[in-house]
Parts: sequence; C-alpha cells; structure tokens
Amino acid sequence: MQIRVKVNGVDYTHDVEPRLLLVHYLRDVLRLTGTHIGCDTSICGACTVQVDGNATKSCTLFAVQADGCEITTVEGLSTNGELHALQEGFKEMHGLQCGFCTPGILMTMDEYLKINPNPTEEEIRHGLKGHLCRCTGYQNIVKSVQYAANKLKKEEVPV
Amino acid sequence: MIPVEFDYKKAISVEEALEALSSGDSKLLAGGYSLIPAMKLRLNQPSMLIDIGGIASLKGIEEEDGQIIIKAGTTHNDILNNDLIKTHLPFFHEAASMIGDVQVRNRGTIGGSLAHADPAADWPALVLVAEATIDVVGTGGKRNIKAADFFTGLFTTALAENEIITAIRIPIPANGSRMVYLKFENPASRFAVVGCAVLRSSDKKTTIAFTGVADYAFRDTAAEQVVSGKILDTNTIADAMNAAVYGVNVLSDNFASEDYRRHLAKVYLKRALQAIA
Ligand SMILES: Cc1cc2nc3c(=O)[nH]c(=O)nc-3n(C[C@H](O)[C@H](O)[C@H](O)COP(=O)(O)OP(=O)(O)OC[C@H]3O[C@@H](n4cnc5c(N)ncnc54)[C@H](O)[C@@H]3O)c2cc1C
Ligand code: FES
Ligand code: FES
Repeated sequence: MQIRVKVNGVDYTHDVEPRLLLVHYLRDVLRLTGTHIGCDTSICGACTVQVDGNATKSCTLFAVQADGCEITTVEGLSTNGELHALQEGFKEMHGLQCGFCTPGILMTMDEYLKINPNPTEEEIRHGLKGHLCRCTGYQNIVKSVQYAANKLKKEEVPV
Repeated sequence: MIPVEFDYKKAISVEEALEALSSGDSKLLAGGYSLIPAMKLRLNQPSMLIDIGGIASLKGIEEEDGQIIIKAGTTHNDILNNDLIKTHLPFFHEAASMIGDVQVRNRGTIGGSLAHADPAADWPALVLVAEATIDVVGTGGKRNIKAADFFTGLFTTALAENEIITAIRIPIPANGSRMVYLKFENPASRFAVVGCAVLRSSDKKTTIAFTGVADYAFRDTAAEQVVSGKILDTNTIADAMNAAVYGVNVLSDNFASEDYRRHLAKVYLKRALQAIA
C-alpha cells in the first residue's frame, strides 16, 4: 500500500505492507533511529512520536494508519541545530542516564507543555505516566521538565 | 513482534465500513490500542482491518433531548476535555483522566473500549451506572442496546459480528445528582484492578457498578438496594459493603488474589459512597 507522510517537515511516499508498524517504518525505512523500541507491548513509551501533534506510541500504530499525517520524531525537535528547551533541560538537570527512554519522554512532554505550560510537579508526574525509565528514578526527569517549562515561559515574555 | 499479514482498508463512512465488514474475517480498527497489541501477540489474526479511525460522523459529543451523545469514535482525550461532559457528567471526565496515559487517551476510543469489553476497562462501569444506551448499526439495520444488556462475558458483548457501535447515549442526571468514579489501578498498565462507579439522585435513587472485579463489569443490585432511599451514614455504608459483590465470581491474577480483590471492591465502594454522602 502506498502511504504519504510528512516526517519532521519532509514529505515521503513509500509502498509499505499494512502490517508494518510505524516505529519500524521510522527506524528501518527512514533510518530515524532516535525513536526507540523498549517493550514492544505498548507500555514503556520509548517509541513515542507525535502524529498530527498528538503523542502516540509508534509501536501501537500501523504506518498505513498514519497515511496523510504529519509526524514529528525526536530528530525534529531542535531547530537549526539549537536544542529545544526540553533537550536543554534534560542536559542541564541530568534528566537522563542511559538515555533510552528520553526521546519518547521528550515527545510526550513537548505536547504536554503546550497544553499545560504551568504544570505542578504532581501534574508533570501524571503526564509522565506513559513512560518507564529504568535508570533515573524520575526525580531529575521532573526537574528537567520544570526547567523547560520555565525557559519556555521566559521566551514568551515580550521584550 | 509482528502480526500476521492482513489487508487494510480505510473506510470513509459507516456504510462503507459495514459493507467491508460483511466480507470474510475482517475486523474494525478504531484507535488500535487494544487490537494492535493483541494482533502483535497473534492472539487475534483478522484477514482484513477496516480502519474507522477517519470517519468524521463517528466523532464528537452532543447534547440532545436530555441526553449526552458520545459518538463511538471519540477519543478518551476528547471526552476528558469536553465541556458538556465536565458540566453534566463530571465522573466521565474523572474516569477519562484515569485511563492509561496520554498516548492511550490520544488514540483510544470509547466505542473501541466498549466493544473490546476488557474486564478491567473503565468505561463499562460508567455506562452501566449512567444507564446509557449503545446505538449500533449492522447490515440488518439499527438497534439500541441497554448498557445493562451489553456486557455478556469476558471480552464478550451483545454485538453481532457485523455490527458497529455508532454512539453512546447517556441520560443527563437530574439536578442535584452526585456521581463518582474511583479506581485502584494496576501500577504498570493503569487498568482497573477495581473500579467503582456510583450515581445518586437527590431523591436517593442509587446505581452502583464495578469493573475489574469479575469477567465483565456489572451492576451491584444488592448494594444498590441497601443504599437507595437511605441517608448515607456509617451504618448504611457498612451494610452496603457487606452486601456488595455477593455471589460474584471474583477474578484472581498475579497482581490481586480473589480475596484481596473482593476486599478492595468493598473498600472502594465505601470510599465512593463517602465521597458523595
Ligand atoms: C498501555 C495501555 C493502558 C491502557 N489503560 C487503560 C485503562 O486504564 N483503562 C481502560 O479502560 N483502557 C485502557 N487501555 C485500553 C484503551 O483504552 C483502548 O484504547 C480501548 O480499550 C480500545 O479502544 P480503541 O479505539 O483503541 O479500539 P481498537 O483497539 O481499535 O479496537 C478494539 C476492539 O473493538 C472493536 N471496535 C472498535 N471500534 C468499534 C466500533 N465502533 N464498533 C464495534 N466494534 C469496534 C475492534 O474491532 C476491536 O475488536 C489501555 C491500553 C494500553 C495500550
Ligand atoms: S516500545 Fe512502544 S510502548 Fe514500549
Ligand atoms: S535514562 Fe535509562 S531508561 Fe531512562
């Protein structure tokens, strides 16, 4: 089946089998390997990307379902080589150790901060429910998201 | 994990989906957050998937003749953020906020959840206490199924093979009604180990339903009788706890044994009744 998708702003047309999962399309066909496969059972969130702006587990979506959609992966988060506030936050606040879970968390939190730019710690933790991290214990992930939220707020202030 | 091969068709209308559904071993695909995991484990091997995720007439929430109508393809997230729901059915709002995680809520639909009839799903308890009706359409025409008649077994419903759920109709609770949904969630999946929904009108008529407890969600009529018409004081709540989950074949798994689950159900009933007392 032919699909047309826009991934990180670039248009692609490919012939794919209906059973090809979006995560395999992104990793194996487009070679965008920033999106990880953790559990492959819809639980861990490592494979999260945005489909039309909505955080989605790409191991739980066939590529054919995304036909006509705009997809953003972690590779699409920075602009002109400049880190996104979330990426900067994770770097500054040590929000990652092995980094396997990080791309998925960034994609969920990017959508989350657009909907809720002033989250409490509790709300950030609720927003992180769809992600498992085996390394950090989450404390620094929460701090990283808070860093990003603060930075994004400052950027909004008109000068 | 890769499912077996299948054909895929994106339906643009309910009629088109119905027509495709009548051929061979085909299955509807809505959000895919129950079906795709099952297909990856090869527990489910349909020869064709009919994607109804893009059918516009299956999306949205409306108010009509004293009812809230949630179209079957509406996502958990759309229910969570809807103002009609916040105003008239706040416990649907609460329940939506507790389903899975952001990603699950972004894609999973209420119609898919009801059709799938997972014993630990949240919506079944809510449609039962709200005495909702489920609109379905099949090649033989339309019919309405009462929520009380809809769930018939483990992952089993009153839906015929070739029927599609189009909408869920929920009577707006009378002014002064109190409603609550409480859930003890599995810490990994967020599915309900026990979920308890209660709706009580100002004249004290009370409906109570449990999910997660047995093969399928059910109304607890014995507990309802204890509290209906009575003031919710400590004694009445204790009596309701005693009466609840009577004669029910309670589930047992490696997360919660039968005894523990039964106990949890009673505790959650107590908390729910206290919350609306
Ligand atoms: C990690 C994770 C956590 C979850 N946590 C929860 C939770 O806490 N609570 C909860 O309630 N659920 C939970 N779910 C399930 C989730 O809500 C599912 O999205 C939902 O149960 C199914 O909806 P869907 O639209 O994804 O259906 P699909 O997976 O697309 O379909 C499910 C079944 O319903 C059928 N179907 C779909 N739409 C229709 C229709 N309109 N008419 C007739 N048949 C139809 C399909 O053919 C299929 O058999 C979780 C899922 C995951 C992956
Ligand atoms: S790999 Fe998709 S949720 Fe874990
Ligand atoms: S940093 Fe290793 S899994 Fe999260």
